[in-house]
Amino acid sequence: MTALYLNVISGGILIGVVYALIALGLTIIFGVMRVVNFAHGEMVVIGMYIGYGLWSAFKLPPWMLAPVAAALLFALGYALQLGIVNAFIDRPQHAQFVLFISFALMITGLHLALFGPDSWPIQMVESMQSYTIGPVRLDVLRSQAALMALLLIIGLMLFLRFSTLGRSIRAAADNLIGAQVIGIRVRKVYAVTAGIGMACAGAAGALIAPIFDTQPFLATDFTLIAFIIVIVGGLGSLTGALLGGVLIGLSEALAALMISPALKTTFSYALLVLVLLLRPNGLFGEPER
Amino acid sequence: MAAAGPLLDSFWQSLLTLVFFYAFMGLTWNLMMSAGLLSLGHGLFLGLGAYATAVFTATGGLSPWISILIGAAISAVAGSAIAWIGGRFSVRGVQFALLTIAFAELARVLFDNWDFVGSTGGFFLKAINPDTNRPLLTLRGGTLFFYLAFVLITAGAYFLIRALMASRWGYRWRGINEDEDAARALGVPALRSKVLVVAISAGLAGVGGGLFGFLQGSLFPDSIMGLRISIEVLIAPIIGGVGSLFGPIVGAFFVVPLMEGSNVLGQRMGFYGLNTMIYGAVILGVIAFLPDGIWPRIVRFVAARRS
Amino acid sequence: MMLQVRDLTKAFRGLVAVRDVSFDVAEREIVALIGPNGAGKTTCFNLIAGALRPTSGSVSLNGENLTGLAPEQIALRGLVRTFQIVRPMVGLTVLENVMMGAFARISNVNEAASVAKQAIMRIGLQDKADALAGDLTLPDRKMLELARAIATEPRLLLLDEVMAGLRSSESDRIVEIIQELRGGGMTVLLIEHVMRVVMSLADRVIVLHHGEKLAEGAPADIGSNPKVIESYLGKKATLA
Repeated sequence: MTALYLNVISGGILIGVVYALIALGLTIIFGVMRVVNFAHGEMVVIGMYIGYGLWSAFKLPPWMLAPVAAALLFALGYALQLGIVNAFIDRPQHAQFVLFISFALMITGLHLALFGPDSWPIQMVESMQSYTIGPVRLDVLRSQAALMALLLIIGLMLFLRFSTLGRSIRAAADNLIGAQVIGIRVRKVYAVTAGIGMACAGAAGALIAPIFDTQPFLATDFTLIAFIIVIVGGLGSLTGALLGGVLIGLSEALAALMISPALKTTFSYALLVLVLLLRPNGLFGEPER
Repeated sequence: MAAAGPLLDSFWQSLLTLVFFYAFMGLTWNLMMSAGLLSLGHGLFLGLGAYATAVFTATGGLSPWISILIGAAISAVAGSAIAWIGGRFSVRGVQFALLTIAFAELARVLFDNWDFVGSTGGFFLKAINPDTNRPLLTLRGGTLFFYLAFVLITAGAYFLIRALMASRWGYRWRGINEDEDAARALGVPALRSKVLVVAISAGLAGVGGGLFGFLQGSLFPDSIMGLRISIEVLIAPIIGGVGSLFGPIVGAFFVVPLMEGSNVLGQRMGFYGLNTMIYGAVILGVIAFLPDGIWPRIVRFVAARRS
Repeated sequence: MMLQVRDLTKAFRGLVAVRDVSFDVAEREIVALIGPNGAGKTTCFNLIAGALRPTSGSVSLNGENLTGLAPEQIALRGLVRTFQIVRPMVGLTVLENVMMGAFARISNVNEAASVAKQAIMRIGLQDKADALAGDLTLPDRKMLELARAIATEPRLLLLDEVMAGLRSSESDRIVEIIQELRGGGMTVLLIEHVMRVVMSLADRVIVLHHGEKLAEGAPADIGSNPKVIESYLGKKATLA
């Protein structure tokens, strides 16, 4: 019984780390530009198809493909930002919303056209394997995905803390006007930020491709999970996204075990509503003055 | 246009029924926007209305007229609760929008698992014999009946909302939208105003949902209160012109034929996903090149021509 | 006493912005709240008008405790404030902005419009009644802020630096309006930096410094109070 719980808890935490990577992408975009990427889940699914494609072409384990997916999605995010989204930064929320919905529709349409509505499972030997550490059994694929996600998260944090560009991104997030005054080229910072945000989603997609069977309509689920996490953690807060991701991964796993798998999302939404009521700006967001 | 209805064949009647359904829903959504409240979960109000109406009629044996009022009331109560919670705990802006999604998805998942209303398997209304049916009693009829019904409620909602916007409440909603703190400093009761506007919007959406449920004959949580319909409902008013009374109607006349047309085109060409791509691309084009929406642009164009 | 402020204190995360401030304002009085930047004047206003909750202390209007009431509830009881950084509703016309104030007392739209028009006339914005508030110049926005507050027909009006950034002819006009309003029975509490205005307008002056009340008295006495001169204007300065 305890072993079962331990396995479920560790599985939840492992997937939670990947969720955290997805949420980090969403929150960094919001933090810098005050824009909510409603097509975030679609970016994850692009990453999943990239993971699937490279796996079937080269038979490499998907966790190695995450950087490739990240690079491609970075390019997409960068281009979208410079080409279109920058023009929407000062537009009202609902206009931004429709903009991202149009992206989401086009991406899902493209996925349907290219791959059809059926799911594309990755079948590999590792799917069935697990590491045994004491009483706990860790799923191999989940462990690899979580480890790679963690490496990417750490890399991103180091980049934000120590590189010049990373610092200007944080400056832009902290104080837009100040950043403009000290001469950071805001539009370019935005483009890099969007690239990073979507790279997070793409990398996470490649990582979970062998865990969830790739399918166009998964996008909405990922968008919603990312929303829940960033609101629970605090929109714009990096720490919040990380801890929120693990929290939601964990609560989903436990709710599935203890209540019912069908109701696991209910549990996350209930958690979300509770957090919104008690701390509207999230657990790690800036508190109200 | 509406008067030409009876002359149209059933294909056009069905299409226009859908146009007016989205026009109606867009009007109700836009009403909340007048107070700056972005609802991304309008499917909740639509779905609650639809389910309540269908269940009270089919299972409860009540008159559909009464059921539809009960449905509207339930939606209005749900809307009031969300508005109150949002206002009381100062959940504003994006957070409020995401709160509406959260409640809608929460309800959707609960309905997915609620056997009394058929859970994911759906809730089905019994077919009725068209020969003995009296649509005004059952609120179910042929294509012409639903077409006229949606035209009527759209017209009703339009005039109701126009009157509301010209009243003290309408001014207050606009004031809150502009600057909530400044409005409150002038004595605008922000919480009450918000609860009122969401209650009316949700209640109306519940009426639309009730009628839409009768039109469909079957209800599934995912399709009637899921995120997808919540999004579909707000594209028409945004494309048509947020903040203008007539925008949602114009938007529906643009969006619904676009949606249906790209579906037909996609099917004809046997190209899965084409419809969604076309739809997305056209919406992108409109939102990029007509920032205020279609209707305000038409108004300005006509005004410029006149002078 | 119309307004009674007792031991008002506000701390932001340990930083005390207002400490134990007490004062009264009598009916039909014009009282000025002065003090250097950061003295806590606007925080005081926010506490009185309900925009902020005091850490401790109380505010009452005609004997009714206002502490803890929402801003709109306080406004509806006749205590209305303007904002230092004006907050016109930029998407509404001048008339609509002012009507927003009139709706505090009146529910009928036409009556509210006529009350609003009177307030606009009084302030001298009648030529711009149908202009969008977002298109107004800063002085006009200040006038609009005042007109909006007047249209609520307040008993006590809190004016936060309405004269800042105005030319002297414009601020003279506002001084005149304030005196007219007092003549009509209104009570006014104002934050002001322009000493000329304070001296000519106020019956009584309250000086805040570092969040505490430093002095209180008639304008002339305050002007010659060495404590005020030293802390407020610097050691060598004198009041004009």
